[in-house]
Amino acid sequence: MSVLINKDTKIITQGMTGKTGTFHTEQAMAYHGTKMVAGVTPGKGGTTHIGLPNYDTVAEAKHATGATASVIYVPPPFAADSIMEAIDAEMELIIAITEGIPVSDMIPVKRALQGSKSRLIGPNCPGVLTPEECKIGIMPGKIFKKGSCGVVSRSGTLTYEAVFQTTQVGLGQTTAIGIGGDPINGTNFIDCLELFMHDDDTKQIIMIGEIGGSAEEEAAEYVAHMAKKGIKKPMVGFIAGRTAPPGRTMGHAGAIVSGGKGGAEDKMAAMEKAGIRVSDSPAKLGVTMMEVLNS
Amino acid sequence: MNIHEYQGKAVLKEIGAPVSEGIAIFKASEAKAAAEKLGGPLWVVKSQIHAGGRGKGKFIGAAEDAKGGVRLAFSIDDVVKNAEEMLGEYLVTEQTDDKGKQVNRLYIEHGSDIDRELYISIIINRETSRVSFIVSTEGGMDIEAVAHDTPEKVINFDIDPATGFMPHHGRKLAKALELKGDLAKQANKLGRVLYNGFLAKDMAMLEINPLIVTEDQNLHCLDAKISFDENALFRHKDIQELRDITEEDSKETEAKKYDLSYVALDGNIGCMVNGAGLAMSTMDIIKLYGAEPANFLDVGGGATKENIVAAFKILTSDEKVKGILINIFGGIMKCDVIAQGTVDAVKEVGLEVPLVVRLEGTNVEAGKKIINESGLNVIAADDLDDAAQKIVAAVEAA
Repeated sequence: MSVLINKDTKIITQGMTGKTGTFHTEQAMAYHGTKMVAGVTPGKGGTTHIGLPNYDTVAEAKHATGATASVIYVPPPFAADSIMEAIDAEMELIIAITEGIPVSDMIPVKRALQGSKSRLIGPNCPGVLTPEECKIGIMPGKIFKKGSCGVVSRSGTLTYEAVFQTTQVGLGQTTAIGIGGDPINGTNFIDCLELFMHDDDTKQIIMIGEIGGSAEEEAAEYVAHMAKKGIKKPMVGFIAGRTAPPGRTMGHAGAIVSGGKGGAEDKMAAMEKAGIRVSDSPAKLGVTMMEVLNS
Repeated sequence: MNIHEYQGKAVLKEIGAPVSEGIAIFKASEAKAAAEKLGGPLWVVKSQIHAGGRGKGKFIGAAEDAKGGVRLAFSIDDVVKNAEEMLGEYLVTEQTDDKGKQVNRLYIEHGSDIDRELYISIIINRETSRVSFIVSTEGGMDIEAVAHDTPEKVINFDIDPATGFMPHHGRKLAKALELKGDLAKQANKLGRVLYNGFLAKDMAMLEINPLIVTEDQNLHCLDAKISFDENALFRHKDIQELRDITEEDSKETEAKKYDLSYVALDGNIGCMVNGAGLAMSTMDIIKLYGAEPANFLDVGGGATKENIVAAFKILTSDEKVKGILINIFGGIMKCDVIAQGTVDAVKEVGLEVPLVVRLEGTNVEAGKKIINESGLNVIAADDLDDAAQKIVAAVEAA
């Protein structure tokens, strides 16, 4: 089992005819035959691109192909509209890779998700990958191995570190989810942890957060709450940005310590308190997990 | 992106919020004309720097009893005298470092008679994904201190994007500020224009501290601190023009030209990394092994060889940098592109400090081959831990 996506998931690409969309759609198809079924580019309906049909709208593409997931590589000024279109077309899973969407565009998107039939991952994220089955987004497939560890992260490259290391120590992954580095995102840690907690094949979880906001603290509370109900899995955590100066945005729009909030120490303390082993080095995620399992 | 107070007030005026009349000057010789144009009897001469706490700030080299960065003036001569004393000097406040910030602009404003000082700010509440008001009757003070000491005096409320700012939000705002009658009506209108302006201008933060009640019972924005969402600047040409690059680090400005995300820090180990999370943890791990990073530098996922050369030049041009750590986990970013960019950059600008390179991920073998065959004096590392230990050791040994 896996979470969110598997070998049967049918996916369309919004913005497939662009350079990024083209490259990553091809890469996805090359990864264990991920079922990319169509592209959406307004005005190009009826044509084909890299062997896939183009449609003018998400609704048409969904109707024609039976796709349930959409991945978005549309440039920032138009990306929020693309997400809204996918919500409107009731796509079950929407994965927005685009980095640099204005926050004020994401406020109505987040509101539109409430009560909708859609789940949004991202934006500003590397996507989701279920090893040897399905790759949506930009993660490097080579470092993955089918296995037992669930990975959820706000950072792209740190997701790769966790994946690479769990492959090296022999655990492998069920699914890796990059939730993105923006201040407003569709899916938070809690949503992903809930999926992993209830997935029988996921035996361990690695959670990678960073400075800014309070999503990690809320996730830690959730983990503690679930543990009280007897639902518990071995977890290793990491927080990036312990040495970041307050008031400065560290690359990700959401990575900023401001008004005394969002610092790394509070997040690490909250995670430790919830029983999550926090690694002090991003190079030791795999070995720390093995220590937890062997203790 | 931050802007100056006088620019913020122009934005407030444009969106329909009440501000005083004022004129920005760049030279002391402009002070007299500005003061005459505004007319008395009271003027305020305000230092324009991107840092708070100006009023309580001190100019370097000024007399013990000298006034701070915001001064009242009671005559035109007084305005001129203060302008001469302030322009070009370095102002140290609780938000600057010890060197302070040079005051290159002054804002001369019509003085206001203050009855009461209030506080209002608007931010994006990440927990609720909504625009949020923070208001208090305790204006003119450090709001974080007010929130810490008397949390009941700081009131927050969110605005549902589906409704926007409604009259009931205005009533809530007036009540929180303890305003009645006509002042409550003014608060209602102010809340609406600020909310609409916040979204229309893609602000990241808007703080008015203090918002005052004048003696003739009008609401008035006495200060304005505004920052904008960098990601939305593409649709605001007018706001882009407000950028004051003298307030920004020259290396950060250079980095922006090449789509590099760079933040200058105080340490001596330069870092070049792909991905914000990995770049932050590279800084953290350097610190873990007892040294300090000189910068945060995320080259991103789509960097070209030219971007890498530019990044390398920014690192080597920093005199503080005594060693460089390149840490790449290639996803979209290909290790061979990084390797070739590094080799080309070294050929162009030379390399006088130790360089540790850790490559992993896409095209790692090709990348390692380029480095090995370049003949460069590069210390190879297996993982991030190893890389951090090696650069810290190399810098200590040098």
